[in-house]
Amino acid sequence: MTLATGKVGIICCSGEDLPEGTISRIATRLVLEKLRPDETVTLCLPLFLAGGEDERAFARVFPTIAVDGCSKKCAEMGTRKFSGKPVATIVVSEVMKKYPQLKARSREKLNTEEMELAMKVAEEIAAKVDQVLCKK
Amino acid sequence: MKKREVVIIPCSGIGKSLGTVGRAATYKVTDRLRPKETRTVCLALLTVGDIEASKLVRDNPCIAIDGCPAQCSKKNIEASNGNLAYSMTVTDVLRENRKLKPEGVIELNDQGDKLAEIVARKVTEKTDEILDKEKQE
Repeated sequence: MTLATGKVGIICCSGEDLPEGTISRIATRLVLEKLRPDETVTLCLPLFLAGGEDERAFARVFPTIAVDGCSKKCAEMGTRKFSGKPVATIVVSEVMKKYPQLKARSREKLNTEEMELAMKVAEEIAAKVDQVLCKK
Repeated sequence: MKKREVVIIPCSGIGKSLGTVGRAATYKVTDRLRPKETRTVCLALLTVGDIEASKLVRDNPCIAIDGCPAQCSKKNIEASNGNLAYSMTVTDVLRENRKLKPEGVIELNDQGDKLAEIVARKVTEKTDEILDKEKQE
């Protein structure tokens, strides 16, 4: 199967149990809605197991970036297990080390500081998208 | 013997506002309405077959909240041989509340939040039923 051109797939863990999972989710949406809307697509990670062959072809059709909340790297592992190896992985807890002043405390509604952190993660994803598409 | 909790698991629903409704409803129950009786777990852990998460859903009654008919939460719990006590789909609840127009994934609008409140109340009722039944057994 050949890779589709011009689009990058973003798969995030969504991590319901951790604030970092919510950051992974919001950061992914920021990329899809605001930073790179024309260059990115997504799919729910659990759909790899719940869905069919169409969903499992995702990482074979699109070069894919996994966005994980924690070191368990479920998005990377799940994508590799069911679909194909992601071209890159971004881990929220690793990004947070660069911005020790920004804390993730809420799993629900993000405050200003948490939104700033989500945007930092989103910018890293967008930079990776550009790299994959050889834009910069 | 360790007290059993009801594990409430929303779908990841990254593509639709109804996924966010399920997630918001989950936190309303686990953080505010029944904080001592319920908890959640990352659905992605079930997708990748994490041993601890699989044990958690086998050892405790689970409620799946799905945003759409793909029912990812329900199917991932079942694939982990989890103890699925109840499953609901937000689209069904929306059908009963047609006036509500939920929008937004990054941030739900007020109507989405109202729908999440309705879903949360249903889940709380089911949680109480499940735990009452367990006490009687």
